[in-house]
Amino acid sequence: MTRLDPGSRAAARGWSDLTIRNMFIIPTIAFLIVFNIFPLIYSLGYSFTDYRASTNQAANFVGLQNYRELLGDEFIWNNFVVTAKYVIVSVTGQVVVGFGIALLLNRAIPFKGLITTLLLLPMMMSMAVVGLFWKLLYDPSWGVINYVFHLGDFAWLSNRDAALYAVAITDIWMWSPFVMLLSLAGLSAVPKHLYEAAAIDRAGKFYTFRRITLPLVAPILLIAIIFRTMEAFKTFDLAYVMSSQDTTELISIRLYKMAFQEWQTGRSSALAYIVLIMVLAITNIYVKYLNRVKER
Amino acid sequence: MAAVRSRGQLVANRAAIAAVLVITLVFLAPIYWIGSTAFKPRALATTVPPTVFFTPEITPFIKLFTKRVQLTKPVDQETRDAAPWWEQRIIDNGERVLRTGENVQLSAYPSRFMNSLIIAVTSTVLAVGMGTFTAYGFSRFRVKGEQDLLFFILSTRMLPPVVVAIPMFLMYRAVGMTDTHIGLIILYTAFNLSFSVWLMKGFMDEIPKEYEEAALVDGYTRMQAFFKIVLPEAATGIAATAVFCFITAWNEYAFALIMTNRRAQTAPPFIPSQLGSGVIDWTVIAAGTFLFLVPVAIFTFALRGHLLRGVTFGAIRK
Repeated sequence: MTRLDPGSRAAARGWSDLTIRNMFIIPTIAFLIVFNIFPLIYSLGYSFTDYRASTNQAANFVGLQNYRELLGDEFIWNNFVVTAKYVIVSVTGQVVVGFGIALLLNRAIPFKGLITTLLLLPMMMSMAVVGLFWKLLYDPSWGVINYVFHLGDFAWLSNRDAALYAVAITDIWMWSPFVMLLSLAGLSAVPKHLYEAAAIDRAGKFYTFRRITLPLVAPILLIAIIFRTMEAFKTFDLAYVMSSQDTTELISIRLYKMAFQEWQTGRSSALAYIVLIMVLAITNIYVKYLNRVKER
Repeated sequence: MAAVRSRGQLVANRAAIAAVLVITLVFLAPIYWIGSTAFKPRALATTVPPTVFFTPEITPFIKLFTKRVQLTKPVDQETRDAAPWWEQRIIDNGERVLRTGENVQLSAYPSRFMNSLIIAVTSTVLAVGMGTFTAYGFSRFRVKGEQDLLFFILSTRMLPPVVVAIPMFLMYRAVGMTDTHIGLIILYTAFNLSFSVWLMKGFMDEIPKEYEEAALVDGYTRMQAFFKIVLPEAATGIAATAVFCFITAWNEYAFALIMTNRRAQTAPPFIPSQLGSGVIDWTVIAAGTFLFLVPVAIFTFALRGHLLRGVTFGAIRK
């Protein structure tokens, strides 16, 4: 990167580059520290106390008790299991559906631009509102889904075993287009001459796919997977609006209930920290792969 | 695209096109269904088999905007005349639909919708404004620990909202900022700022430095060069970033649920709260949902060209 010579006549006029740089960057950093980092430090303090925001009683320091109890609580572990199940089901579904559509779309198709744009609509919507209208679609008595698939009065959202899958299906509907978008970008970047060479060598379709397409699309597909994994891990709105089963109680929902319904402020702060550490771990994986792909 | 070589390939191609069309229709079906339910007479919303053909009406929207109220004293004519014309129109229609003398009021939906609009627009302007400056700073000047700072900025976006919401709620409560517009605006600005910086940096990096250097040689100051040369060049990027920030703020649910309850509540927590118990009028819920989706649908079409970079934080260059 070429930089302006700070001693030049041009740079000497007006504010110095240093001043401008600081003026442009520092407010943003300060803002983010005040509204993101400071609150986290604040709640770190509370995570070692038995504070309840619903009462006026002062917080008592309890040391690591909250953490010890949370990590030994089988219900919390169950929330993590539910979350893991949800992440696996919905991300797998999104990859299969999204990558599948991308493979189909990756050819000369009439109205390709329009179709791609229309497929983006679901992911531009509010998850809470989407959850709400899928409730109507899933309704056991008059829902369109049961009617179309002849499922009788199968109660998707009040069935303990089906509810999580019902939420995951909605998530797949919303976010497959995201995987599709990234896959399409990856597919269109595969050099055409590789396919031509494969055709000359009379390579089979499956062989071509496995040896040329997949390895070249893999990095970008990985970004999509990691992105979606992180988002699915954080899911709150969709599951919260759609179902109140304990089999759909994702960790975010547990956290919300603990903090704002049971008002166990101290304990929920500790849980927030456990979740936070997990998110940071996933984020690090993400950034590692992002850098690797960018360096290519 | 490789030329179609054989009959088999032609058939495969046709099959793929057919499959794509079917998939597109399947994906759009839920949206169509909610849109059509919003225009149905109530009796047709929950029929078996589902009603596909019907005469559309706007009754659900009128019901969405009005509510029946139990008043000890009817609203007097003066108060009604003082209301803005659109409010009077809505109430007149509400009286016709709900068929109750004078005890019809504006429902909370218009104000929730307005809250969404005010909060989303303001936080977008702030996030994009600050983000543009910061991105320029990172793009053009040497910053110590640039990668670490950018990672820090990005990391603020990775946190689950509920995690930040617990301490923010306590802090807001301490200073009396729960259920205020400004409270949500600050939160959404913080939330979108990281995204805005990353996206704008991608756009800024693409503007050739020579443009400003030429301007500086011509006697512009750095700031003049920034405002007169760089900003116009970055206009499309700014627009794309703005729409993304808007959509995120518009759709946000968790913070809004936790931080607001009446005055500053936005539509995403409000619409589901209308479900309540008892008999649900799905046409009204559908109308509320449909209306809420309209701005997003418009924006999606307006910026479809920039969508890819936006959703991926600019990680992927087209």
